[in-house]
Amino acid sequence: MDEIVKVGMADLNVAKPPKKIRTSGLGSCVGVVIYDETTKICGMAHVMLPNSSLGKSETMNKAKYADTALDVLLENLSKLGAKKSQLKAKLAGGSQMFKFSSSSEMMRIGPRNVEAVKEKLRELRISIVAEDVGGSSGRTIEFDPVTSKLSIRTVSQGVSEI
Amino acid sequence: MSFINRIQPHHLDILKEVGNIGAGHAATALSRLLNKTIDMKVPAVRVVSFNEITELVGGSDNIVAAIFLRIEGEAPGNMFFMLPVNEATTLIQYLTGDQTFDLDHPPYPDLGLSALQEVGNILAGSYLSAFSDFTKLNMQPSVPALSVDMAIAILSYGLLELSQVGDYAIVIETEILEKVDENTQKTSGHFFLLPDPDSYEIIFNALGVPIDG
Repeated sequence: MDEIVKVGMADLNVAKPPKKIRTSGLGSCVGVVIYDETTKICGMAHVMLPNSSLGKSETMNKAKYADTALDVLLENLSKLGAKKSQLKAKLAGGSQMFKFSSSSEMMRIGPRNVEAVKEKLRELRISIVAEDVGGSSGRTIEFDPVTSKLSIRTVSQGVSEI
Repeated sequence: MSFINRIQPHHLDILKEVGNIGAGHAATALSRLLNKTIDMKVPAVRVVSFNEITELVGGSDNIVAAIFLRIEGEAPGNMFFMLPVNEATTLIQYLTGDQTFDLDHPPYPDLGLSALQEVGNILAGSYLSAFSDFTKLNMQPSVPALSVDMAIAILSYGLLELSQVGDYAIVIETEILEKVDENTQKTSGHFFLLPDPDSYEIIFNALGVPIDG
C-alpha cells in the first residue's frame, strides 16, 4: 500500500515504511527530514520561522519554529523506536520567492530558516546528509524511508532526488 | 486573547466591503486595459487555518502567476494578484503581441514578464487606492514582484507576519472574471489581501467599528 503521510504548513509528522512522507509548496519554509536508516523510521517538519522568540501568540505551535520543531520531531521519532545515534537529516526549501530591494528582515526569511535549522541540527548532533536549499523556486518534497531518498519537485526544474 | 477571537461577524462584513470596493476598481481598470467585460464576484472573507489555505489556492499542485506587493503605510500588509498560468500567458500575448510567449516553458522573455508585472501594478494600485480612499488611511504599494510557481509556496510568503501571532489568517479574496459570451465566464484571477496582524485594529478603527476588549 502506497500511503502517504502529509505534513502541512507549520506542521510535523512521522512515518514508517511502506508509508512515505511529504509536504507541498515549500517557499521560504524549510522541510526537514530526520530518519533512521536501520529502523526505517522517519519524520518531517515544515518549518516556517527560524526562532520561537518571534512568536507573539499565547498558544505556541512548536512545529512552526526551527528551534522547537526539531525537538518535538526527535521526541516523536524516539517514541516510534528510532535510535538517536543513528539519525540523519536531509533538508530542502528556504527559497526567496520574490526579489525585493526592500530592507524588511521578513523578506530574508528563507536563508534565515535554513541557518536556524542547520544550527539546531548541529546542536542535536544530527548530521546533514543532503540538502537542496535557497534559490527562488517553490518545492514539494517526498521522502521514502525504504530508500532514504528525498524527491524534490519544482515547477521549473522537474523532479530531482537527493 | 488573540485578535482573531475578538473579531465579530460585522467586522468580517466590513472587510468584505473593503474587498468589494478595491476589487471593483481593479476590475474596472482591467476592463479598460483589455477592452473586455470584466466582472467580479462578491468577495469572500474567510478565517482560515494555515492547513486550509492550500485548498483556498486550488490545491497543493496548483501553479499560478502571482504578483506580490507589500503595502506600506498606516495599515501595512501583503497583497497578491494570482492568475492561472494559461490566463497569464493569454494576457501577456495580448499585451505584447508576442504569440510565442509561453509561461509553461522557462526562461521567459523579460518583456512579457514586465508586461504582466505592469498589469499587476495597475490592478493592485487601483485596488489599494480605493481601499485607501475608503478608510482614509495612508497606504502605498511597494514595487511589484512577480513569481510563477506553486500557489501555496507564494502565498505562504504573505503569511509570515501573521504566522507570528497564530496559525490563522483572515483572507480577503475576490475573484475576477472575464465575460466570454452571454452565459460563460472564465476566471481571470484572484486577489488576496492579507493585512498584518496589527493592521486589523487600525482598519476597523478607521471604519468606525473598533474591536472590543
